[in-house]
Parts: sequence; C-alpha cells; structure tokens
Amino acid sequence: MIEFWNNLHPLVQGVVKGLAVIAVIFPLAGACSLAERKVSAWIQGRPGPNRARIWGLGYIPIIGPILQRLGVWHLLADGLKFLFKEDPVPGHVNKFYFFLAPAIALIPALTTVVVVPFGAWLDGETVQPLMLANVDVGLLAVFAVSSLGVYSLILAGWASNSKYPFLGGVRASAQLISYELAMTVSVLPVFLWINAPGMSGSLSLARVVEFQSQPGFWGGAWFVFTMPVCAIIFLIALFAETNRQPFDMPESEADLVGGFHTEYGAFKWSIFFVAEYSHMIIGSGVFALLFLGGWNPLPWVTLADLANLIGIAGNPLLVGIVSIAIFLGKIVALLFFFMWVRWTVPRFRYDQVMTLGWQKLLPLAIANLFVYLVAIALLQPKL
Amino acid sequence: MAVIKVERKPLSFAERTYLPQIASGLKTTLKRLFAPNVTLEYPEVRPEIPKGYRGVPTLVKDPNGREKCVSCQLCEFVCPPKAIRITPGEVPEGSGREHVEKGPQEFEIDMLRCIYCGLCQEVCPEEAIFLQNQFSMTGYTREEMVNNKAKLYEIGGTLPDKHFKWDKKKAAEEHGNAH
Repeated sequence: MIEFWNNLHPLVQGVVKGLAVIAVIFPLAGACSLAERKVSAWIQGRPGPNRARIWGLGYIPIIGPILQRLGVWHLLADGLKFLFKEDPVPGHVNKFYFFLAPAIALIPALTTVVVVPFGAWLDGETVQPLMLANVDVGLLAVFAVSSLGVYSLILAGWASNSKYPFLGGVRASAQLISYELAMTVSVLPVFLWINAPGMSGSLSLARVVEFQSQPGFWGGAWFVFTMPVCAIIFLIALFAETNRQPFDMPESEADLVGGFHTEYGAFKWSIFFVAEYSHMIIGSGVFALLFLGGWNPLPWVTLADLANLIGIAGNPLLVGIVSIAIFLGKIVALLFFFMWVRWTVPRFRYDQVMTLGWQKLLPLAIANLFVYLVAIALLQPKL
Repeated sequence: MAVIKVERKPLSFAERTYLPQIASGLKTTLKRLFAPNVTLEYPEVRPEIPKGYRGVPTLVKDPNGREKCVSCQLCEFVCPPKAIRITPGEVPEGSGREHVEKGPQEFEIDMLRCIYCGLCQEVCPEEAIFLQNQFSMTGYTREEMVNNKAKLYEIGGTLPDKHFKWDKKKAAEEHGNAH
C-alpha cells in the first residue's frame, strides 16, 4: 500500500492529497452554514431547522429522530436546492465577470490550505507535520493567496452593474486593505521570536507549532499566553478579513440589500457562501496554529507527550489521526466562536470600521511590535 | 416640568476598547444558548387557548345531546358581515320535542365572511352558538370554507349547561301550563 503510494508520480500524489483536503474543507464549509443556523437559533431561543427528513434513513429508531432534530438533512436539502433551482442571470450584468467571480472566490479560499499544516506524526523522536507543502514562505503565502479572495467580491460587485453590489465590492476592498496591515504586523512578533538571529529563517506555520511544543514552562506555553495582544489583534483582523459580523460591511443587508451578492442566486450564490466559510476555516486554522499550539492537545502537553501517554507513539497513522482530530477540534471551537460573536455583536457602522482599523488597531499593532522587538532583543540568547 | 440634567461620563479605557462589553455580551448569549427554547413547535404543540377566546363559531347541543338552536335567526340578523344563513324548519317528528320549538333545517356560516366578532354568541337567547377554541381554518375551495349544520355540530360538540330547558318545558307541559 505504502509502496504503491510512494511509486506514484509526485503530480498524481499531489492531486490526490489536494482532492482529499478539499473533500474535507468543502463539506465542512457546507456544514458551517447549518451550524450557523443552529447556533443562531439556540442563541435566540428557537429550536432551529429540524423538519427535513430522508425517507428510510429518517425512520431508523433513535438515530433518525436525533439527526432530524439536529437538522442534518437540511444540509442536504439546502445543497440540492442550490443545485437545482433556477439560476437567473440578470440582463444588466457583465456576464463573463459575473460568472467568473464565484470561481475566483472559491479558488483562493481552497488554495491557502496547501501551506497550512493540519496534523503531525511522530517519526521516531521528531514530529513531522502533515501538510501539502511545507514551504518556508508559509504564512506569507496564506496572507497573499487569501487576500486574492477579495478580487471576487470586487468583481462580483462591479460585474453586477448595480449600485448596492458595487458599494459592497468597494467596501470589501477598503476593509481588506485596512485590516491586512494590522493583521500582518500583529503576527510579526511571533516570527521574530521563533527565528533566532543567525538561524535559517522560516515563516512556516509548522515551525510555529514546533516552537510551541518545546519542553519547559516558556517552551510549552502557547503564544496566546505570551503574546495576548498579538492574538487579539489577529483575531479582530481575522473577523474583518473574513467579512464576519461585526465587520460584514460588504454584504451588510441593512443598508446594502445583500451587498456584493445582491444579484446572485442559486448555485453561484452558494459558492460565495462556501468560499466565505472556507476562509473562516482556514483563518481559524491559522489562528490555532499561531496562537493555540496547533495540534498540541493542551498547553504544556505536546502531541508527543500525549502519544507516549496513551501508547500510540509507535503507530504513525494513529498519531496522525489523533493530531488531525485535535486540530479540527480547535478549528470547530473557533468556528463556534465566530458564530457566537456574530449573534452577539451588532454590525459596526462603516466609518467605525475604518476608524477601528486605521486609528486603533494599526497603531496598537505597531506599538505591540516595538514592545516585543525590545523584549525579544533582551530575552533571546546572544550569539 | 423640572429638567434633570444627566451627567454624561466619559467612557473609561476598558469601555473604549469594547472588549469587556463584548465579553459580557457573549456571556449573555451563552446563557441563552443553554436556556430552554421559547418557540412552540406549532403543528405538534398547540398553544394554550385562553378562556373566553373567540375562535370559529360553532353550534352546541345541550347536556342531553339535543339541538339547542331554535332557528330564531337573531344571529343571522345581527351578524355584521352577513356570514350566517339559516333556513328555518321544524324539529323532526318523533324526536320527542317537536311540540315545543322549531329547529334550523340548515345552518350555514361562511367562514370567508366571518369576522369572529362574537355578536352571534352574545345575541343567542338559547346559548346555542359559541365561538370556541378552533383558531385555524383552511380549505381549498370556497365551498369548503362554508360550515354547514352538520359540520357546526361536529366541531361544536356538547357544552354542558344547567338550564335543562327542554326538560323544564316538557315538565311544564305535562302539568298543563305550557307557555
């Protein structure tokens, strides 16, 4: 089996791995839409979607009703509805870009996963990350590619040839630029800290997790404890970058009808939806890797410790599965946090978003960077 | 009227960061997350109907299962949207009460006209028509939305009263002083 896998052409291997990861992200993004509906319902004291039932599966005792109560079949119903309902294209749109926009939304959202490690396995003593490409540009690639997603919003807004989508697109681009800076500056201390002078530098996210799994009090501490301000700025910027409430300016339905996707319907609209959730999933993953110790189960307890504790250290497959489960657990918890915030905090006004981005977060991020610059210079062992 | 000047305190640093406020908001919503649902899952769970609710008008029978309506047509007369149509008739032979009163041959309430005002219930001297608990009524055709006599008695049922009017009338007649 493993022999057969290793004998495959690297290109085939890459395609298979990529498809495997997409096969997880895509349904997860779809499931997020259901989770969103359920969480909003529970917070608002409603039972939420719980009516759809599949003939046959729905009548299995105990499991059937439970799945129905959880609204699992609504996921299927929604997906099928988006696939089969009429897909109207308004007469006044620029057809080529109108069709291109959803595709452009999805591609960067799913591409970023390439450099995001999602698990690890033990090769003897060393921890090998599970990822599609362990490249040194790591986080830079995530930032660069995920920012491309905003082109789809601009394109959708422009191609719709109508005022509200256009405003949504303009807002999306302005918001992305405003928060991209704060976001990037906020993670600089992390990489300053893990890249000691004289070493070969790396922006790899796997390296960040490796750094959070060192022995000792300071080595095992997650960066959320040692760099809380960075974590908060990054999280706020992440909310803004993924266009989540309270920053969902591009589609703020109170003032822009539906924002950039006003003119979209059916499957194209659902692609925007999936792309937004994919961004959220990848963003949550990056946050978990940077500040929450990646696949380490608890602060000061590394994956290797856990593997030794439950006696699966010799089995790379099991360790890999456990690590992926831990990492996915963290992502799901963060996704819940995204939804929780959405149904708690009202939307900001547009000028408040801009003020917060430029006048609060950016100076704070820069000041934070300077504080950590000095601290790291003093703390890090001299060469 | 006295003017009360409310002093506007400047926001503290913690308040200006929004974060403690957001945290307390998150606490509130988390509490709601685990609180029991307030939604009624309607078709399965029916709302509790308060006393004196004015639902669909119905005809009721007396405790002995006899028709109370005497087809006096007061309700038909008072009905503001003219939803009620009564065809007066005789009480069928052999029922043991044909000597005392009349009864409706047909009694129709057009629910597409009815405004649920309850005037028919109020005006009825025999306490024969009541607006009861049924609050939802649907149909596919106009004909379906007209409740005829059989339907009205079916949804009305028997409403116990303490008058026993027919018994008293019968007794009075046997003693020779009817009417």
